[in-house]
Amino acid sequence: MKYLDEYRDPATAKKLVVAIASITTKPWNIMEVCGGQTHSIIKYGIDQLLPEAINLIHGPGCPVCVTPLEYIDKALAIAQLPEVIFCSFGDMLRVPGSHHDLLGLKAQGADIRIVYSPMESLTIAQQHPDKQVVFFGVGFETTAPATALLAYQAKQLALKNFSLLVCHVRVPPVMEALLNSPNNQVQGFLGAGHVCSIMGYHEYLPLAAHFKMPIVITGFEPVDILQGIYLCIKQLEEGRCEVENEYRRVVKEPGNLPAQQLMQSVFNIVDRPWRGLGNIAASGLALTAEYNDWNAEQRFSVANINTQEPAECRSGEVLQGIIKPAQCPEFGTRCTPEHPLGATMVSSEGACAAYFRYRRYQHV
Amino acid sequence: MSDLELNCPLPLQYEQIVMAHGGGGRLMQQLLDSIIQPVFSNPILNQKHDSAVVNINGSKIALTTDSYVVKPLFFPGGDIGKLAVCGTLNDLAMSGAKPLYLTCSLIIEEGFAIADLKRIVQSMQQTAAQAGVLIVTGDTKVVDNGKGDGVFINTAGIGIIADNVDVNPGNIQVGDSIILNSDLARHGIAVMLEREGLNFEHSIESDCADLSGLVQELLQAGVEIHCLRDLTRGGLASGLIELANTARQHFEINEASLPVNQDVNSACEILGFDPVYIANEGAFVIFVPEHETEHCLSILRQHPLGQQACRIGHVKSIHARGMLTLQTAMGVSRVLDLLSGEQLPRIC
Repeated sequence: MKYLDEYRDPATAKKLVVAIASITTKPWNIMEVCGGQTHSIIKYGIDQLLPEAINLIHGPGCPVCVTPLEYIDKALAIAQLPEVIFCSFGDMLRVPGSHHDLLGLKAQGADIRIVYSPMESLTIAQQHPDKQVVFFGVGFETTAPATALLAYQAKQLALKNFSLLVCHVRVPPVMEALLNSPNNQVQGFLGAGHVCSIMGYHEYLPLAAHFKMPIVITGFEPVDILQGIYLCIKQLEEGRCEVENEYRRVVKEPGNLPAQQLMQSVFNIVDRPWRGLGNIAASGLALTAEYNDWNAEQRFSVANINTQEPAECRSGEVLQGIIKPAQCPEFGTRCTPEHPLGATMVSSEGACAAYFRYRRYQHV
Repeated sequence: MSDLELNCPLPLQYEQIVMAHGGGGRLMQQLLDSIIQPVFSNPILNQKHDSAVVNINGSKIALTTDSYVVKPLFFPGGDIGKLAVCGTLNDLAMSGAKPLYLTCSLIIEEGFAIADLKRIVQSMQQTAAQAGVLIVTGDTKVVDNGKGDGVFINTAGIGIIADNVDVNPGNIQVGDSIILNSDLARHGIAVMLEREGLNFEHSIESDCADLSGLVQELLQAGVEIHCLRDLTRGGLASGLIELANTARQHFEINEASLPVNQDVNSACEILGFDPVYIANEGAFVIFVPEHETEHCLSILRQHPLGQQACRIGHVKSIHARGMLTLQTAMGVSRVLDLLSGEQLPRIC
């Protein structure tokens, strides 16, 4: 398949592995920001191909994993109302809230539907005028434009039976928070390619300059990731700290301007708690007051739900790269994909789930 | 932790059945192991084969049953009727049996179009006739509107196993070749694209097919078959993991050797699915001794359902619990494990 096969070519990958080894003289800690990259690294075994001196830290870029418990509980409170059809991306359904998950609620009769495109939920609302249709908008700047378009269209159509539960998050503030943490071990970043396809990469220039941090915008295939690591190590070894773009076939510096404009017109930047990481300033996107009529938190009075994260799940430390998933005492015992204690064990992009699925025999 | 028992039945977390209990993954396995199997436990059931093999007056008889629920009822490459006949024929075939007779039970929802029902039963009859089997008894029930999904079908079947044929997971030997007859994941993707109305150009049709004729040809050609398994719910990976667990062996398959149609691969890429976990209805694996590999492949490739046949891996060693590993294209080996339930589409 064009644009895939050449980026999964074992011969090219091997050349890059050799090139990385040849320029690495010291130990380095590199964080891949995006959960899709973590998934690829573990799936293809990329970390096993690297010199021992290179340590990959799995970052907080799985949208399912970082959605705070508070919002899962809000989703559950809304989804169990008899008049509601609750629409969500598939992998949010297994994320445990305080007492249930959406799959369990669905089994008890709640009308919860997996949508492949957010726009499907608008069609559902038009088909069911007697029901309240709610879309659960989660994820980074990659999925936020689709939610923004949905809100915009709902307003244009003056839909009365449609609303959105919005918990979108932004990547640059969490990178900054990680770098400001006293526990920080990250020395270079592989930037999240698809986020940058929307937002461009100018937001990363001040981060790279202020923290003297190489940031390489990187794609998701094995060759992309190895190329990203190569560029990052090269910068570290040469003492440079620049923003480089490995993922040029998709990412342009300004990003997708119409998508950015739409997001600006629909969302405000707000402070937001992240699962396992706590509150991060200016890291969230919320509907503006102009969209109050389509804001599910207000329509269903769930704004006051404020749940604390359980102490036993150490996903916060995993998301900061302080521990590897298998170093958590609950990993593979009390915490499994069937009985997840935290969201990193749920999503296929979650670091714990990726380790559990692909490495359990080596690590448990 | 090295002796963690991965197959022990964990207590069921859910107090109700969730969809994942039918998804062919770990939750389904737990449901069978903790609720169903202990109640019915007997030596025949405990073989965990696609069909039960019973001895009646000196004849080896294979017996199986399966229920079919699929949405939509008509999909590219087949319909629920064809599926209900092929699925049961294939379960019989996987024990080495020649299918003889089927039953047909219909649970029909009030309001269902008679014309559609007619199409479905005609499709069943046509598929059965092509396979040379008769549908000899059945039952019909009608349920209230809203209490069914159009129509549910149950079929049961019996077949006869030749005296010299012994195909079961207990026969799998270290060194055996693992051979696959066709490309993967067409059924699951065809049905899903149709059900979800995902509008992208493709020509994906379900691989739904009766495999019993092909299996009989292999047996008649004298191929020394140790085990067979059709790769339905949960796909290639789940089928092989279950066999590895039953046989307590380590299977290794090679990623580069797995045939996947380009359109299917594209759909999987877009949705974030792994084709090795997607359902098939005309794909099966054959375990043969290494020296029988070429013989088996040559017979398969002469048959329309085996033209893409290839060796995908081998039985590596004895293993206390049984495991499946995949040699990736990058030259790294990773474990394939049962999923909890069905794959859920990824966010981005």
